Amino acid sequence: MSGLDRSRPPTVVGDPVFTFPRIERHTLANGLQVRTVEHMTVPVVTMVLDVEGGSLADPHGREGLAALTADMVDEGVGELSTIDISDAMARIGADYSADVGSDTTRFTLTTLTRFADRGASLLADLLMRPSMRHSDFDRVRQLRLDRLQQLKDSPAGVAERAFLRLMYAEHPYGHLSIGTAAALGSVTLEEVVAFHVATFQPAHSTLVVVGPLSHEGLLGIAQKAFSGWSGFAPLVHTPASVVPHSPPRLAIVPRPGAAQSQLRIGHLSATRNTPDYRALLVMNAVLGGQFVSRINLKLREEKGYTYGARTGFDWHRGLSPFSLETSVHTAATADAIADCLTEFGAISGPKPPTSDELAMAKASLTKGYPRAFETAEQVARSVGQLALYGLPDSYFEDFIPGVNAIGQEDVVDVAARYVDPSRAVTLIVGDYQAIEASLAPLGLGAPQILPVE
Amino acid sequence: MDSLALSYTKRTLANGLDVIVHEDHHIPIVAVNIWYHVGSKNERPGRTGFAHLFEHLMFEGSQHHDSGYFPPLQAAGGQVNGSTSTDRTNYWEVVPTNALELALWMESDRMGYLLPALTQTRFENQRDVVLNERRQNYENRPYGLALVALTEALFPEGHPYNWLTIGSSQDIQAMRLEDVQAFFRTYYHPANASLALAGNIDTGRAFDLAGQYFGDLAPGPVPSPVSASASLDRDVRLVFEDRVEMPRLYMAWLTPAMFAEHDAELDLVSDLLANGKTSRLYRTLVYEQRLALDVSAHQSSRELGSFFLLVATAAPGRSLVDIAAIIDIALQELRDSGPSESEMERSRAQVEAHFMYRLQTVGGFGGKSDQLNSYNVLRGDPGYFSADLARYRDATIETVGAAARQYLAFDRRVTLSVVPRGQERLALPGSRPVVVS
Repeated sequence: MSGLDRSRPPTVVGDPVFTFPRIERHTLANGLQVRTVEHMTVPVVTMVLDVEGGSLADPHGREGLAALTADMVDEGVGELSTIDISDAMARIGADYSADVGSDTTRFTLTTLTRFADRGASLLADLLMRPSMRHSDFDRVRQLRLDRLQQLKDSPAGVAERAFLRLMYAEHPYGHLSIGTAAALGSVTLEEVVAFHVATFQPAHSTLVVVGPLSHEGLLGIAQKAFSGWSGFAPLVHTPASVVPHSPPRLAIVPRPGAAQSQLRIGHLSATRNTPDYRALLVMNAVLGGQFVSRINLKLREEKGYTYGARTGFDWHRGLSPFSLETSVHTAATADAIADCLTEFGAISGPKPPTSDELAMAKASLTKGYPRAFETAEQVARSVGQLALYGLPDSYFEDFIPGVNAIGQEDVVDVAARYVDPSRAVTLIVGDYQAIEASLAPLGLGAPQILPVE
Repeated sequence: MDSLALSYTKRTLANGLDVIVHEDHHIPIVAVNIWYHVGSKNERPGRTGFAHLFEHLMFEGSQHHDSGYFPPLQAAGGQVNGSTSTDRTNYWEVVPTNALELALWMESDRMGYLLPALTQTRFENQRDVVLNERRQNYENRPYGLALVALTEALFPEGHPYNWLTIGSSQDIQAMRLEDVQAFFRTYYHPANASLALAGNIDTGRAFDLAGQYFGDLAPGPVPSPVSASASLDRDVRLVFEDRVEMPRLYMAWLTPAMFAEHDAELDLVSDLLANGKTSRLYRTLVYEQRLALDVSAHQSSRELGSFFLLVATAAPGRSLVDIAAIIDIALQELRDSGPSESEMERSRAQVEAHFMYRLQTVGGFGGKSDQLNSYNVLRGDPGYFSADLARYRDATIETVGAAARQYLAFDRRVTLSVVPRGQERLALPGSRPVVVS
């Protein structure tokens, strides 16, 4: 074959039709919210169960309690041991995980459809009747303390911890879910049991079940497993509001001899439920949210300073940070920071998004959107997000037209209100001695030197 | 029993390009996936890291699209990536159905017309990016250089698995644009590639489009296969000092190549030794005796020969010597008695479920298009999915025990202790210090 004219790319016309998943809502007698989605592909079912109370619910001085509790629920049920539970999961080929977020704790279980009832019943057992034995508690707590110790090895881990602290100071959003060594060291099993009883309440939990069954069939799985979950008047975690404080402009965790500097540059910015959410997504896509964004193209494709650089929001129900994350060659540290701060300011000032950039940002957010609904687990997690943030069931359908309605002035407006280089905190985990002299011209003042926590 | 199969149709174009099509109409997307049968195994000492650096250059532009590959595909709603291993290099897009032709136009353009767009500036930029990738993922990451030390000891000098795919910084810095041009001509052409299309597309139309975009590309000579052998005749003990808090033990054995006899059995051995809390070593090392913080095992299956890797991190104050002793007891038990029937049942259940989970996505790393290409390139049979599963179904207590006996020997392995700087004494006795960077 020959004669193909390669000189012009094929045109891409129209958008394929896609029907977003329909969500059905149910409430069990015990108050458990259940959402079901029919997903008719392979015989695989995913369940996502969100329990109110993530690391935000950690009492002061007990940072890490929520995560330790989540870790303890699969350490045995009744007479069954940790090993028995793990064995039972393995025999249905289940993928099980517990993720402690800031606002909720999320349990996810994926298994073959023919084992769905068994999987749901196992998950329910863990949540309702964990053994909470002293011997398991000692081991699990020690493993978490040791993991904290290991975190000190990882520049990215060190940066993540230090940056949260710089953003939130003492507010409970200011610690990783794993907590601190001092707090973990003083937590008792009794506190874990009390936290579990108070927090793991059906009336304050949401279960999403997705798989190749009818809504009735999916609801039936939930009912059989979770109807026996009894609760009492639920405890409501009222989050403390984020108190404004004045972090330093520049902070450094010294890592002598490091080949690269881990950078975090940002500030507290917006909440997930802001009406500006879609405009912020578009703004972020132009500025730094994807490969073709300004900051990655500058730092990676133009200058070769890094393997990659991304900006984004670390969303919570409360005030959330907007920040850049990257790791750059030590010698390029100061220049990379200057470039980033310049771009933070330029998008609402001298360099508003061009029509090409705007079109690209919107297209990459919308045209690939159906791809996020391929597997049962993807769908279950997405529906879980709607529940977490109290978003309407029409959210998926509204998303594309909503993003497409964003104009250049909207992007400039949200950039001006939510991204401010003069407020941004720059955190470096790197070789201080090697970069010290280069930092002064940035005009960020004397750096605060932070220890590896 | 739910059916476990991956259907496909395969044709080979006149220029030697294999084309494989799989229909899945659940979502209006199509996965485009190309494997080139070239990886770091095709490099030579002094030029390690080359295949991977080359992969980066494939995203920088080609004759008819003389700029970055991400913008047009992302503007069409596509997802784009690629990766390099010892054995192969893959490139993929997952695009909305209406952008399939755009993806094919671009993939075919860089297969046929890469070199006219390749400039010194682009080359030097991506060389810097790759050096930063190495710093980020290896040099500045705890235990990040352990595998460099391990592969150097497992495979003799000159063996193509003696170095990691990322290569050495010195070699990356020494590369020249001329090297890239020669490499492209040798390995990047239809006869050394396999194209898989999976998703919302009709099979007939998929073949028509593949022919239209790839059919006129010139075939090249099929590269001669790489052959190499490795053997160990003792327990090679090494110690590497790293910026880490906890000592960690790596144990590695040379094992049969991917798909060879006992490869699947050794994969099952890795599960029963160290996958999940029920596994033998997690149970003794982490749960009962609390000597270790974690333990993992993996049969790293490769084309020319595999290796089996066991890794355990010491709990604070615990010794690698005690961990090694427990591992040796577990290995001896497995060699003597094999797995129990109950362990075999559990493993089979997990394998069946995970083969099913692999059928959930059409594209990306590990999606159906990637699997079809993997089986086609490394096995010569895109339909090997079911036969692959059968390897695991057919494994028995006897064959698993035999694999452990034959390959996981105490006197033919590499044992690497990674210890905190200045604490060489925490290594296994008799370990020789190694320096890697």
